[in-house]
Amino acid sequence: MISTASLQGGANWKILLRKYGIVVSFFLLCLALSLASDRFLTWTNILNVLRQSSINGIIAVGMTFVILTAGIDLSVGSVLALTAVVTASLLQRNLPISLAIITGLALGAALGSVSGLLVSYLHLFPFIATLGLMTICRGLALTYTGGMPITTLPSSFDFIGAGSLGPIPIPIVIAAFVFLAGHFVLTHTNLGLRIYALGDNPVAARLSGIPVNKVILFVYALSGFLSALAGMILIGRLDSAAPTLGSGYEFDAIAAVVVGGTNLTGGEGNLFGTLIGVLFIGVLDNGLNFLNVSALWEGVVKGLVIAFALLMYRLVK
Amino acid sequence: MTKRRWYWGESGRKDAQIFRKEMIKMKNEVLEGKIVRKGVIKMKKFVIIALSLVMLASLGTSCAKTTPTAKKPTLGLVISTLNNPFFVTLRDGAQKEAETSGVTLIVMDSQNDPAKEASNIEDLISRKVDAILINPTDSDAVVPSVKKANDANIPVLTIDRAANGGVVVSHIASDNVAGGKMAAEFLGKALHGKGKVVELQGIPGTSAARDRGTGFDTTMAQEFPDIQIIARQPADFDRAKALSVFENILTAQPKIDGVFAQNDEMVLGAIQAAEAAKRTGIIFVGYDAIDDAIKAIKEGKLAATIQQQPALMGKLAVETAVDVLNGKTVDKFIPVPVKLITKENVP
Repeated sequence: MISTASLQGGANWKILLRKYGIVVSFFLLCLALSLASDRFLTWTNILNVLRQSSINGIIAVGMTFVILTAGIDLSVGSVLALTAVVTASLLQRNLPISLAIITGLALGAALGSVSGLLVSYLHLFPFIATLGLMTICRGLALTYTGGMPITTLPSSFDFIGAGSLGPIPIPIVIAAFVFLAGHFVLTHTNLGLRIYALGDNPVAARLSGIPVNKVILFVYALSGFLSALAGMILIGRLDSAAPTLGSGYEFDAIAAVVVGGTNLTGGEGNLFGTLIGVLFIGVLDNGLNFLNVSALWEGVVKGLVIAFALLMYRLVK
Repeated sequence: MTKRRWYWGESGRKDAQIFRKEMIKMKNEVLEGKIVRKGVIKMKKFVIIALSLVMLASLGTSCAKTTPTAKKPTLGLVISTLNNPFFVTLRDGAQKEAETSGVTLIVMDSQNDPAKEASNIEDLISRKVDAILINPTDSDAVVPSVKKANDANIPVLTIDRAANGGVVVSHIASDNVAGGKMAAEFLGKALHGKGKVVELQGIPGTSAARDRGTGFDTTMAQEFPDIQIIARQPADFDRAKALSVFENILTAQPKIDGVFAQNDEMVLGAIQAAEAAKRTGIIFVGYDAIDDAIKAIKEGKLAATIQQQPALMGKLAVETAVDVLNGKTVDKFIPVPVKLITKENVP
């Protein structure tokens, strides 16, 4: 498509706008906010936005993988909650920190695999399968804790949420690593190629010998694993774990992926776009707090800005 | 997808059809009164026996004492769950009041299950209690049961959580407006009437967020005109969201003297953010008096929180119900006072 369009000469700016439209919107948003408040473009606030976005970012990487296969994962927030409360309770029983983290991450991957199995081998719709897992995990998290938050974790666990590597907070380091690794897998490995092929045309992918079910299983397991990882960071930041953690996180992650230009019908998109999408939503939340937008209007403003950003490059398509 | 779904074969469909027909047949028979569920018979028998026993007993006592009142009024109290200390305290308060005012109180536990709640209320209706006090599990799910009680001419009162339909004589719940006012008065005095204050709001549109906010805002505006509310942002009653939101506000605002959060979860998130940013000298006020908040008050991190009084709520509920039975007119809403907890009176 790009090659035919470039032949038409003057249409070049359209391609540019379509490819980098969201980047333009993002910089316009940042520009507007830095004009509105002189404290917006400070090192502290940039770190703030990055640290807050790291949790959504890590989840959105998994979500990008899933959406590239034309799937969707609604269970991320609940998986995050369940793995977080399990890890927190293990920490309270004085298990070594590394062991508690590994158990939490493995549980996340296992839960993801459940929806992966339902979608791949049992041919359930991703929406239904992950919706089921979403309510089950939330219920399990509530049952496991009896509805009460688990508080006062060992102080040495705080490093994952509140520690820093030089001047950079640990959550940002972890998120950056996840983005880089995800990008490498999508662009430089066979697996990445298969994910795109599968999302583009599942029948052709199956016929060309791609182990479709295994690929689907992998993306959902990855999504569960990354949700658990985000959960570890969140409870490190909060120093407590509540069974109600992460409700609504699936929408932020899906919004970030879609704003980043990944197509919900699969096969099209990349992690660079998702990164911009995540930062876009992070800056937007930050800006709403900065400008002290009324609680009643906040949802409207957020929705309008996202819709406007999307329109900007959907219109020229 | 052309592949046949293995789990919905032809035989399965037939089974489902037969099953459905059977169910419809049974339903019709029940409606026509051909068959009666066993449990119902038992319950009816039990109720008849129990009622006649009660009547005999009351006859006996009334004959003995020769008092004009033929029988002691009976109240039914249906509680959403007794697996929560708040509601256990509420029940204890109600029972105590029932003893002092000489009414019989039947307490039923819905175990957070709307279906259980519905059958509890049905039982109370068939036992012909004089009034039903409901602490609903869900404001919508309870409506059919309230209507059933209305049909049976039994007055209904709701406690803590309101019903979204049916006729309810009175609703007894914590006075959240007064709680917000209390928080504003405490914070205003602690700041000596001037300074910059941030308000963290609950989920927009919920009654708790609205009432706590109204109480706080109007009191601040009227009694402490020199206190400036520099930011008013929603954090949805959620600790994680409050952490992020307050981080943002801390960066946006160079000077903050006080914070009122509409629940304790949010205030604890805000304290966490202030500690991480090494900002000191902020007076924090929360709401709900959860265990973590009590601990934070003892540690000196949190200045105050507002506590609901479930025992008083139970007491007022029974009092109001007795008033209704005595033919007095009662208010549609009975506010239950709340209590300010600081380091002076921390339990």
